[in-house]
Amino acid sequence: MQELCKHPFVLVRLPMPDDACVSCEIGYSSLLVHRRCPMMYGKGLKDYVEQVPGSRSGSLFSERTLYPYVTGTALVALVYRDGILMAADMGGSYGSTLRYKTIERIKPIGKHSLLGASGEISDFQEILRYLDELILYDNMWDDGNSLGPKEVHNYLTQLMYNRRNKFNPLWNSLVLGGVKNGQKYLGMVSMIGVSFKENHVATGFGNHLARPILRDEWNENLSFEDGVKLLEKCMRVLLYRDRSAVNKIQIVKITEEGTTNFPPYSLKTFWGFESYEKPTAGEEGHHLKMTN
Amino acid sequence: MEPGLNDLNEPHSMGTTIIGVTYNGGVVLGADSRTSTGMYVANRASDKISQLTDNVYVCRSGSAADSQVLSDYVRYFLHQHTIQLGQPATVKVAANLVRLISYNNKNMLQTGLIVGGWDKYEGGKIYGIPLGGTIVEQPFAIGGSGSSYLYGFFDQAWKEGMTKEEAEQLVVKAVSLAIARDGASGGVVRTVTINSEGVTRNFYPGDTLPLWHEELPAQNSLLDILSAPSPEPMST
Repeated sequence: MQELCKHPFVLVRLPMPDDACVSCEIGYSSLLVHRRCPMMYGKGLKDYVEQVPGSRSGSLFSERTLYPYVTGTALVALVYRDGILMAADMGGSYGSTLRYKTIERIKPIGKHSLLGASGEISDFQEILRYLDELILYDNMWDDGNSLGPKEVHNYLTQLMYNRRNKFNPLWNSLVLGGVKNGQKYLGMVSMIGVSFKENHVATGFGNHLARPILRDEWNENLSFEDGVKLLEKCMRVLLYRDRSAVNKIQIVKITEEGTTNFPPYSLKTFWGFESYEKPTAGEEGHHLKMTN
Repeated sequence: MEPGLNDLNEPHSMGTTIIGVTYNGGVVLGADSRTSTGMYVANRASDKISQLTDNVYVCRSGSAADSQVLSDYVRYFLHQHTIQLGQPATVKVAANLVRLISYNNKNMLQTGLIVGGWDKYEGGKIYGIPLGGTIVEQPFAIGGSGSSYLYGFFDQAWKEGMTKEEAEQLVVKAVSLAIARDGASGGVVRTVTINSEGVTRNFYPGDTLPLWHEELPAQNSLLDILSAPSPEPMST
């Protein structure tokens, strides 16, 4: 049986006889191999596989995406008095490089919803195409009905969870918010299919930095101004503390009347702490100080 | 340093420098000409700017094979599309076809592309399609391993509404700067300018490029330098 390459990047699932199986919980032997690992140079995957007699080699191989390339970072959203407010920065990172700085990560869906995404941008673009088709077919019914945020959220949940089950996830954390017939709705779906609705949500770093702020300061009756200030507070913290954050914010509002895209803008940052200006003040002889 | 022990956050770097820039009236695409197999330079004068249609070209980076076969497929589809449409394909259609193939084969392909061209509806447009199959329309795009050295340069030197000459000079300067610092980029600078009047290809061999830090002007031989008269000793 082949040695496991130290750098798992492609999970290749191969049906193998039980006695050949090395270690797996799913009844297949799994060969974890990095596609670009030197071990692979000049060899095809087939060279690593004992052909199961009688099976077509083409059907034995399945790959999964395990590596995002161009990614969006945190997203924050909340329910306020008149609808939903969603905020995201406009950055698309390529590994550690802040490569793209004008990517719209929040898009309107149909008449009643907004979709925001963090994670792999190409997968987000593909999800937008799926939703385009969904909305198109919905409109073609021409029955006066239209898909609301609840329905779109459910569709996305199914989409993400089924891809996860096939070991080929869409590498995104999605936030779906909207208003229909006066009912406000805000929900989230992760790349592994975890789905729920809440009054305030955040993805990525926002889970750690924005959620505590939102838990503390959110309330049922936020005005538009309060909501924006709260989101800005979260986005500013993310700007300070998230390496992949970019200072260009996109805020979108959705109410019963419709969607409003606010123009992108940058946040002011504060650096005027004395300990920031003089971090080493008082250091000399600090080890000699007496304590009671 | 053992190959394969990459930091998990770093995407794969690609040998090449490619650039696409819009100006008022069209686009200028540029690239270096080095194709490497490991440390060996397999082709020192390759053409990385491939034609997709009369009015749309693509800069290729990453795996030479993957980018060539991808652009062959797109050229084939666009040809049929043009016949069916009865008029030249738009840059947007070409770029989205490239994205389609890139995205749906993301597990197998390792190529980043810049699609640029001119059509009568939108004028000059540049689309960046990096690894993974994201499509991003931009006023200018850079790609390939050499592009790492150009982010700062473009942040400073890029401006909206350049003339054709300014745009071409910017591209040549940028590729030449990247070649100076990126081992995987080298050779000559090729540019393709596309506008309403048509397409112009240009070729800038190494000796026409400016010299950068610690680079010396080229000589035929040491002997030429030696045979120059030695300076007179100083006298007070």
